Amino acid sequence: MDPPKFSAVQEVRIGKESPLWRDERIISIALQTVSAVVIIGVLVWVVTNIVNAAEQRGLGLGFNFMDSAAGFSISESVIPFSPSDSFARALLVGVLNTLRVSLVGIVFATILGFIVGIAQLSTNWLVSRIALAFVELHRNIPLLVLLFLWYRGIFTRLPSVRASIQWPGPVFINQRGLYLTWPIFTDTGWIFITLALVGIVAAALAWILLRRIREVSGRTTNFVGVSLGIFVLGLVLGWVFSGGRPFDTSIPELQGFNFQGGIHLTPEFAALLIGLTTYTAAFIAEVVRGGIQAIQRGQLEAAAALGLRESHILNLVVIPQAMRIIIPPLISQYLNLVKNSSLAVFLGFPELFSIGKTVINQAGRAIPVFILIMAVYLIISLVTSLLLNIYNRRVQFVER
Amino acid sequence: MTTATSEDIRPPEPPGLIAWLRKNLFSNWYNSILTVIVGVLVVWAVYAGIRWVFFGADWSPVTSRPLLYMVGQYPVGQIWRIGLSLALVSFLFGVSWGVWGGMMRAFSLSLAFILVLLALLPTESAQYTMEIRVFMVSAALLIFLGYSIGKQSWISSRITLLIWLLSLIVILVLLRGFGGVLPVIPTNIWGGLLLTMVLAIGGIVLSFPIGVLLALGRRSKLPVISFFSSAFIEIVRGVPLIGILFMSSIIFPLFLPAEVRIDRLVRALMGITLFSAAYMAENVRGGLQAIPLGQFDAARAIGLNNYYTTVLIVLPQALRKVIPSIVGQFIALFKDTTLAAGVGLLELLSVGQSILQANPNFFSLQMEVYIFIAAVFWVFSYSLSFASRRVEAALGVGKR
Repeated sequence: MDPPKFSAVQEVRIGKESPLWRDERIISIALQTVSAVVIIGVLVWVVTNIVNAAEQRGLGLGFNFMDSAAGFSISESVIPFSPSDSFARALLVGVLNTLRVSLVGIVFATILGFIVGIAQLSTNWLVSRIALAFVELHRNIPLLVLLFLWYRGIFTRLPSVRASIQWPGPVFINQRGLYLTWPIFTDTGWIFITLALVGIVAAALAWILLRRIREVSGRTTNFVGVSLGIFVLGLVLGWVFSGGRPFDTSIPELQGFNFQGGIHLTPEFAALLIGLTTYTAAFIAEVVRGGIQAIQRGQLEAAAALGLRESHILNLVVIPQAMRIIIPPLISQYLNLVKNSSLAVFLGFPELFSIGKTVINQAGRAIPVFILIMAVYLIISLVTSLLLNIYNRRVQFVER
Repeated sequence: MTTATSEDIRPPEPPGLIAWLRKNLFSNWYNSILTVIVGVLVVWAVYAGIRWVFFGADWSPVTSRPLLYMVGQYPVGQIWRIGLSLALVSFLFGVSWGVWGGMMRAFSLSLAFILVLLALLPTESAQYTMEIRVFMVSAALLIFLGYSIGKQSWISSRITLLIWLLSLIVILVLLRGFGGVLPVIPTNIWGGLLLTMVLAIGGIVLSFPIGVLLALGRRSKLPVISFFSSAFIEIVRGVPLIGILFMSSIIFPLFLPAEVRIDRLVRALMGITLFSAAYMAENVRGGLQAIPLGQFDAARAIGLNNYYTTVLIVLPQALRKVIPSIVGQFIALFKDTTLAAGVGLLELLSVGQSILQANPNFFSLQMEVYIFIAAVFWVFSYSLSFASRRVEAALGVGKR
């Protein structure tokens, strides 16, 4: 390994007296050339091997098969899909399903993770022990075993449709999954959504603007109240302009042999979602706990000495500093969740990896499909870490 | 000025039970309500759980074939070879405890605890003979024998490391067998916990040198080397393990000449090693970054070149710092070996699955099997992480 550039000791060069094989510049160039040649050579060798083997075995390497009919059906999909649709569309369904389970999982895992993480620091002994037990239980069991426990151990052993368990409220659980009450937007629903979105954007702008005014001028601005007011105003206006009925609530009801209405989560999706959420939440809880504990006591004491209120200490001292520590590992937990969603292949939930496997079997094009799948995961990871690096550069302490 | 008498500086009386309860459970009205509600729920859950474990659950899929979970279909007549390996490992753990103390002490005691647990395994299976139980206890005693030998001053840490490496090879040969003397046991009938351990230990040991090289490469001043190292690390870390296993086990053999057959276990181990190496590299890089610049300067000042600076000064310090994170990585890898079920290896989880599939009576006993497997993983992972945390706490790592 090389010493970092800003090492205090300067290189002493003896110039001509130094023989070629001991000149660091020569060594460096030689080393790099050799390693580049070796690595590129190996890569070329691998690629030619693959191309040759593919030709011999009739395994195509091109992507021209993507437009032909997939010939298999997919059990659940965000967009309409039939076996006569193309392979490309099948893979798109996979990507959308991966994103669906990942995004929902990230939201719930974050909420649960923060609750458990903060509960771990609770002054109530019982609460903190239970939070600790939750974390230790999930962190020391493989995710795949947890998924099997949820799916095979619980979801496939639930009662039949007719004997559905009714959760308090209109939520039904049975062998075929979960049936939840869900809003269905009416004709005027778009007005409500638009105005609500406008309200959110305006509230965010007001927040930033008022905060800036306060920071620059020192005047107290009630930015929380104003933003909240704008947000609520958007909702109320939306409600009024959409004729007071922006959406109907659709309640699942047993009709004949199945439930109609509401929203239906298949057992595969539900098991995957619950497994991913609880598993990731345990890791997020550790991240949150670590972030909060990393705040030095002196910070709290200093804030108290300044006469800040309890809530101000939390909002102005603890949270801003803790978030700086929490966010990077939090994002890497999100990425883990996305990557772990590929375990759905064991449950039969059709996300990217399992659809990719089916496409490989159907089309016989292992290499291009595999590269495509890995590329999707890689792009998600790289884009996220790029954004994370930008964020880190912005929030990092400037060392003086 | 009065001098403090011993009376004044005596520590305060330890709080009594009532005081403790008041402080930690009933400090104010909402804590008291929380404690009561949570307490009732916990008591109920623990009661229901215990009742289910002892009276509700049917553990026959677990207790009927305990050896299958431990070693797969490894021939019963040859099982002494696994026993010998286990004895060797136990003894070496004891020796390491004597030599290094610290974390090794905690690991040895955990291992002894697990061995005793195995000796007391409640099963009526005729396969699980008294000899096996007695053997487990004697292996636990071997740990303490090793400890008393390891404490001798003539056993240096270098010798111990060498013996460890040698015995890993010996164990591999012992398990697989060799020409004429010991019948060869093909790896496709290895299974259960044995296979899980082979994958996890093999993966971490093989990925260690690769990971160190990658970490050094990533920190290198030479752009070509640092580019290729970073590219490898980021690509591998950006894709899910199941994808890499799929590549090494299913796609890779497609492109080998027809006469070349690579063992299935070796293929999976290749994938796991590549995957683990990228994470190992990042862990080691963390250790390298923690080395103060002065160390480089000092090494330079006494005339060491890059190679000696790295090997004699930087690596020994960096690697010592990363031991806790390598233990963490080992735990993660140990849990990740369950994914090998996806490429047809009969590790612990897939043994459970195949037992469930083999007997139709077991169909409704999925919960029991997966809970058992979860418990096995939990005991191993928790004792590892507990040991490593105890040591970190003792060393003051992470303390402010």
